[in-house]
Amino acid sequence: MIGSPEGPDWATAAFAADPNPSFADLIRKVDPGLLPTHDARAGVLPEIPHGTTILALRFDSGIVMAGDRRATEGMSIADRRMQKVFPADSHSAVAIAGAAGPAIDLVRLMQVELEHYEKLEGESLSLEGKSNRLAQLIKQNFPMALQGLVVVPIFAGYDRRRAEGRIFRYDAVGGRYEETEYHATGSGGVHARGTIKKRFRGDLSREDAIRVCVEALMDAGDEDAATGGPDLGRGIFPVVAVVTAEGYAAVDDGELRAATESLLQERGR
Amino acid sequence: MSPMPYYVSPEQLMRDKADYARKGISRGKSMLAVECAPGIVMVAENPSTLLNKISEVYDRIAFGAVGKYNEFESFRKAGVRLADMTGFAYGREDVTAKAVANAFANALGTIFTEQMKPYEIEILVAQVGERPEDDEMYRVLYDGSLQEEQGVVAMGGHAEALMSALASAYQPGLDLDSAVRLGATALANVEPDRPIGAESLEVAVLDRERPRRAFRRFTNEEIATILRGDGE
Repeated sequence: MIGSPEGPDWATAAFAADPNPSFADLIRKVDPGLLPTHDARAGVLPEIPHGTTILALRFDSGIVMAGDRRATEGMSIADRRMQKVFPADSHSAVAIAGAAGPAIDLVRLMQVELEHYEKLEGESLSLEGKSNRLAQLIKQNFPMALQGLVVVPIFAGYDRRRAEGRIFRYDAVGGRYEETEYHATGSGGVHARGTIKKRFRGDLSREDAIRVCVEALMDAGDEDAATGGPDLGRGIFPVVAVVTAEGYAAVDDGELRAATESLLQERGR
Repeated sequence: MSPMPYYVSPEQLMRDKADYARKGISRGKSMLAVECAPGIVMVAENPSTLLNKISEVYDRIAFGAVGKYNEFESFRKAGVRLADMTGFAYGREDVTAKAVANAFANALGTIFTEQMKPYEIEILVAQVGERPEDDEMYRVLYDGSLQEEQGVVAMGGHAEALMSALASAYQPGLDLDSAVRLGATALANVEPDRPIGAESLEVAVLDRERPRRAFRRFTNEEIATILRGDGE
């Protein structure tokens, strides 16, 4: 039998005649300890890793999403190879900035939430539906946001009904805002946005869009101590993902290295 | 005046229930599964494209059923819920067909003994491994008994005729198209007076080569293309 004998009764919950296709609602009923939300109490929060700069922009056949690789814990670097960009499902991506632990939990929950719905209902949620669902999951994180454990993701994907890429940003309490061109957030977000603003055009090709992402993260890494720039010595490059009608695809390091080197050469370094 | 209470022996009660369930299942359409080199192929006679008999449970696990749709649909959903909960609480590789099949067997067994009307369904839970010898198939009967199956399995209205047709033509290591054709031919041959074309077949595969989610459903066009390849 699945589930521990003393623990929550998973089997009863699984076999209950429940039309709700939400996985988050299911585990809230059965085993709320699995949710990313903790019961927040006043107190001094210990130092925990934070993820920093993430961005997304639209190009002619979808969206590109990217994140640097650094996580910081106060003044220290907690991680040089952190992944902040994830597939949410086959045609959407989510990037996270803020408190790393809860953010990664949120991504896991979001991934299962979308797949669970797809399996139970036999079809995927609309992109609009997915973006709303993420807003509701962030809202449930509100008690932790009050404690300082803020999670601010970007969600983007290919809307198959509209046949275009779309980008949504969120605030700490679950507010959802659609961006028509691009967005960047996290501690280096303001610097990244400056670069994208200068480079963005409505008709970017995939290659140009990837180059803009790499350049924006390079500038953010230059200006912001918590954002990691490309590390040619260690071979660490940003995580960049492209979502088009064909689905989610990660950009390989070879292509990112080439884009980085060509940018460095252009700048005469 | 209240009616006279009748005594029915437990043996008689169980026999009647079993007969009832078996009759219900044998009146329905059939489904089968074939282990082959790329994975496990599942074929069902199902004219509906929206109400499925075969579906995805988890990364490497599929569900197939015969009998009453509303009864097995509740099991399919339960399987997805259990699998997703296990995978979320532990890890994705900790979700197994065996655990899902066991949960189904428990639930069906309870329904069979406790409820007046038994469920008229049979369920197959299949899982592909990295190699063909790691593939697993479990068949759950209407009374909750659980059987491990290998090679080929058939359930539903013509289970026995199908099983003998499959067993005589089956050999290990078939390619995907041959496995689909084997299943489709067997289904067509058990009822020669009722032609079963691509549009009345439901076909899916658990493909071990696919990354993460192994389950793939075939469209009617894809099925027709595979079946046309038969004469070449």
